[in-house]
Amino acid sequence: MTAMSSVSIKTTIAAKPEFKFGKNKVSANNVNVFYGDKHALKDVTVNIPEKAVMAFIGPSGCGKSTFLRCLNRMNDTIPIAKVTGKVEIDNQDIYDKALDVVQLRARVGMVFQKPNPFPKSIYENIAYGPKIHGLAASKSDLNEIVEASLKKAGLWDEVKDRLSDSGTGLSGGQQQRLCIARAIAVSPEIILMDEPCSALDPIATARIEELIDELRENFTIVIVTHSMQQAARVSQRTAFFHLGVLVEEGTTDTIFTNPNDSRTQDYITGRFG
Amino acid sequence: MASHIVTAFENELREINRKVAEMGGLAEKSVVDSIDALIKRDTILAQRVIAGDTRLDQLQREIEDDAITLIAKRQPLAVDLREVVSAIRICNDLERVGDLAKNTAKRVLALKGEYQAPALLRGVEHMSEIVLEQLKEVLDAFGARDAARAMAVWKRDGAVDDLYTSLFRELLTYMMEDPRQITMCTHLLFAAKNVERIGDHATNIAETVHYLVVGEQLADERPKSDASSMTTVAYPKG
Ligand SMILES: Nc1ncnc2c1ncn2[C@@H]1O[C@H](COP(=O)(O)OP(=O)(O)OP(=O)(O)O)[C@@H](O)[C@H]1O
Ligand SMILES: [Mg+2]
Repeated sequence: MTAMSSVSIKTTIAAKPEFKFGKNKVSANNVNVFYGDKHALKDVTVNIPEKAVMAFIGPSGCGKSTFLRCLNRMNDTIPIAKVTGKVEIDNQDIYDKALDVVQLRARVGMVFQKPNPFPKSIYENIAYGPKIHGLAASKSDLNEIVEASLKKAGLWDEVKDRLSDSGTGLSGGQQQRLCIARAIAVSPEIILMDEPCSALDPIATARIEELIDELRENFTIVIVTHSMQQAARVSQRTAFFHLGVLVEEGTTDTIFTNPNDSRTQDYITGRFG
Repeated sequence: MASHIVTAFENELREINRKVAEMGGLAEKSVVDSIDALIKRDTILAQRVIAGDTRLDQLQREIEDDAITLIAKRQPLAVDLREVVSAIRICNDLERVGDLAKNTAKRVLALKGEYQAPALLRGVEHMSEIVLEQLKEVLDAFGARDAARAMAVWKRDGAVDDLYTSLFRELLTYMMEDPRQITMCTHLLFAAKNVERIGDHATNIAETVHYLVVGEQLADERPKSDASSMTTVAYPKG
């Protein structure tokens, strides 16, 4: 006979059904990044599963953004940055000389911490990418892409009557959803988000999180966040970086309830800064 | 382990733990006293156990409130989260232990003036000694965050159930032999059941300590063997 305890053991944590991971979309092998003499990223090896959300966490300056930028070769735009090692997307080396970087950036979209809409109309903000990548054959094609992207980003109802207004006139949360819509418009396979909610209020944040949850059905998402709770809420896998090293990577449930490494534990429980 | 950067967080966790430790001490004492009162038919002691239960109830409410506030305020993770969840679970178990001791104490009052039979008490006394040892061990294991020690308690729970089953059989036999003992034996049977359930709560706490330290729920089935629900005793012939 078992005595009843009023707090059920099984439901206290992680009551959701186990998440099934698909194949790896991205694999990084021994990636190093140097900014001049500074060794910013050290031998990072990690796999990112498709159609799931992976969160990167770690103290400021540990190399999260640096690693994110390796995945769409944004570090190429920083003159002093040097990247070594191998990054593959669908088993294709993205640092291959023959690879078209513009094409790569269409496959790997990015959303930044500060919403950065172009100083153009809402419509143009979305239409710009599909136009330069030649994704729309006609004006009506383009209209369709704009509408679908805004719908996916949960912004359509709020802006459908003012598509010709400037994107910069929207609220912060709306601007961020506009940037997500812009990223989605070129049908990327991977979306990188670098602290996408840090300038948003809790409601706008909740909207973006809801959106991320929906987007993961079709996209591979990598998110950098300083909010442990956000990482715990939106991601299925989490990687912890510290001083340029990937310390620990695992399912989000494990990282936040029972991490392996004491550095991870100390960081997520607020024991060092 | 290093301290939290936010000292108030550290203090809040420590305060919750202090209250759980206080509950542990009080719960242990009320079990000891309730059995003592039963053996010695000491109604004054029994009354003290009954009155003392309020403090346990109050502490349990305080711990739950503190834990809920801490979760809302600090959103604890990893070992901190397990600490808070464990405190809630253990204080629930200890509150129930207090209730069971109180129930035994009430029976002491009911037995006033009943037929005396010291021999009948020996079995209950023996069983409660074992269960008390289990409770003490598991609370020490919690204090020391010692999963192995908690698991040793967990493994011994089967023995308590065996004892209860044989005591059940013994008391049934006494009742059949002499109907004047029925009132006494029935109360003793419930007292023994209380003790057995206190053992179950000790086992719950052992599971919580395992979870707290190791970070995973115990997957194994409990070593349960209470067979009293299927126990019958044949009427003596003649
Ligand atoms: N363009 C750059 N030139 C020189 N050093 C850089 C450059 N960008 C980043 N670094 C250095 O590389 C290290 C990693 O920086 P990175 O921006 O990747 O950190 P982060 O984890 O994203 O931090 P945060 O959480 O503050 O955004 C830091 O020490 C930083 O100073
Ligand atoms: Mg950054």
